[in-house]
Amino acid sequence: MANNTMTALDAVKGGLWTEVPVLRLILGMCPTLAVTAAVKPALTMGLSVLFVLVCSNIVVSLMRNLLKPHLRILMFTLTIATFVTIADLFLRAFTPQMSEVLGPYVPLIIVNCIIIARAEACASKNGIFVSAVDGIFMGIGFTIVLCILASIREVLAVGTICDIPVMWESFVPWAAMRMPVGAFITLGLMLGFVNFLTAKKS
Amino acid sequence: MDKVYILLMAFISIVIVNNLVFTKFLGICPYLGVSGRLDMAFGMGMAVTFVITLAGTLTWLIDNMILMPHGLEVTRYVCYILVIAGAVQLVEMYLRKFFPPLYESFGIFLPLITTNCAILGLCLFINLWGIDSFAEAAVLSFGAGVGFTLAICIMAGIREQLSFSDVPECLCGAPITLITAGILTLAFMGFAGMIK
Repeated sequence: MANNTMTALDAVKGGLWTEVPVLRLILGMCPTLAVTAAVKPALTMGLSVLFVLVCSNIVVSLMRNLLKPHLRILMFTLTIATFVTIADLFLRAFTPQMSEVLGPYVPLIIVNCIIIARAEACASKNGIFVSAVDGIFMGIGFTIVLCILASIREVLAVGTICDIPVMWESFVPWAAMRMPVGAFITLGLMLGFVNFLTAKKS
Repeated sequence: MDKVYILLMAFISIVIVNNLVFTKFLGICPYLGVSGRLDMAFGMGMAVTFVITLAGTLTWLIDNMILMPHGLEVTRYVCYILVIAGAVQLVEMYLRKFFPPLYESFGIFLPLITTNCAILGLCLFINLWGIDSFAEAAVLSFGAGVGFTLAICIMAGIREQLSFSDVPECLCGAPITLITAGILTLAFMGFAGMIK
């Protein structure tokens, strides 16, 4: 993020590979671990983050010239909190069941470091278009990681993906994968695998 | 006597059985980021305990005295985050004045307490669990801080030992910390069901 003028193409590449939030920057861990016991909540979470990320990036980019250095974090958080409230009310109105499953993890998007990090690193320095593109692809990258993690855990924990059974009849579910243990260890191994791939390349 | 008993149970429950880090995945970022050395982990735990106690009680008061009677629940998240940011600012100024070395060693992590999910998470959980007595909210907030300190100190102790062991190269850093955290969680699962 050293160069201040990034292009939309950089944003696309960054979001999908070089700076995938969870895997490369170790940001946004809490929702990643908490909602990935099954694919559906993970997808909902990913899309909510996508929405908040795009909206907050656009707003921050609009007011980037008015920001005072010592107040900017507060302004970021307030902007984000507003959009998270919108997302939370939307989920509660249209998918009450899902909203119950996700519980306090929807409002916790406010303190998801990814969003603040993008506001700081990208939106407060770039124009609206680049910021919006950055938000979209960062959000997509985040959603993809969540879904991969959730599919691994759901398959091993109950033998289904999105409630569709995929494993053979005699498969014995690993109850531990549903629990916090499964989340920590799966993510740890996933990070190790990504490190392994990058090390090989270079 | 009954009241004291309930408060004591709430405290034990939030410190050990429902530990925010191990069962609710809250506060993972500092848990992974600052747990490299024991003294720093302890300092971080103390700072978080202070902020979380302040934030937990204040948000309970604001929720019950201002937001609910006036039907302003929509603004709840915005209010919570403002209270937390204010409390963090307070701690930051206090540390800079009275404990400059500790302040220096925290660096970026101090302002990051604002975005520590454990704090906002606890405020939300107090609201979600429908805690209706002020004393219980205060005990829960303080207990959550103690639980966080416990978790981060255990982790720091393990990581100090871990730096002497031979970890596969691609697992160094965050991955091995996560796996260790997973095994720790397994240990804490033994307490599950001890208290409702």
